[in-house]
Amino acid sequence: MPKKRWFFYPLSAAVGLLSGLFGAGGGVVAVPLLRACGLEADKAHATSISVTFPLALLSGYFYLKGEHLVLSDALPYLPGALLGALVGAWLLGRIGAVWLRRIFGAVVVFSAVRLLLR
Amino acid sequence: MSWITIGIASFLSAALGALGMGGGGVLVLYLTAYAGMEQLAAQGINLVFFVPVAAVALLIHQKNKRIVWSATVPCVILGSIGVYFGAKLAMLLGSQALSKLFGVFLLLIGARELLASPKKEGKQDKGKK
Repeated sequence: MPKKRWFFYPLSAAVGLLSGLFGAGGGVVAVPLLRACGLEADKAHATSISVTFPLALLSGYFYLKGEHLVLSDALPYLPGALLGALVGAWLLGRIGAVWLRRIFGAVVVFSAVRLLLR
Repeated sequence: MSWITIGIASFLSAALGALGMGGGGVLVLYLTAYAGMEQLAAQGINLVFFVPVAAVALLIHQKNKRIVWSATVPCVILGSIGVYFGAKLAMLLGSQALSKLFGVFLLLIGARELLASPKKEGKQDKGKK
């Protein structure tokens, strides 16, 4: 660990809180947290996955126990998951992500509004 | 939901997820806002979906020596406590309220991505390397 700041501990817990609460989104806190601890951008992105992976497994366990998850329902999404992961991981460090982030932001805002108005 | 839309949605979500761009949320978003699935069910699917995405991404990132494990361990230990309370809260709130909360969370993320200063980030990266 390069340098640990006081906010490392509460924000690490927040990463898990998001994972449990939304089943996603831990990386949103993990990446800037790791950056603030001195990791370079690509390392922060990669390391954030090493954090959110075990946390997602734990969340999945709680969802299973709470009967909010049927494992077989996730099956149709797995081929795309593998292919997309290969492409995304390969792209990391190869693309200037600024325009990608803008498009991503626009899609997310549009969809969020749709979700809120539903 | 056709196989094609499932394929495209899962591919794009996974690619963004492996890039560490908060792509995990994209599948939840697709499932709830477009496919009309219940929030908790969508989140459960997303958690399973993330397992192969993360496994593949980790293998590749490890090969490229991008993972700082000394940062991972304490973050995961404290994060586990958060997971416990997060999952509890999710089930307490129920799908209806949770989906509104998720919408607000996404609005914040989307706004941050749209408003992020590319100049500043570029400078920071340059300085670190």
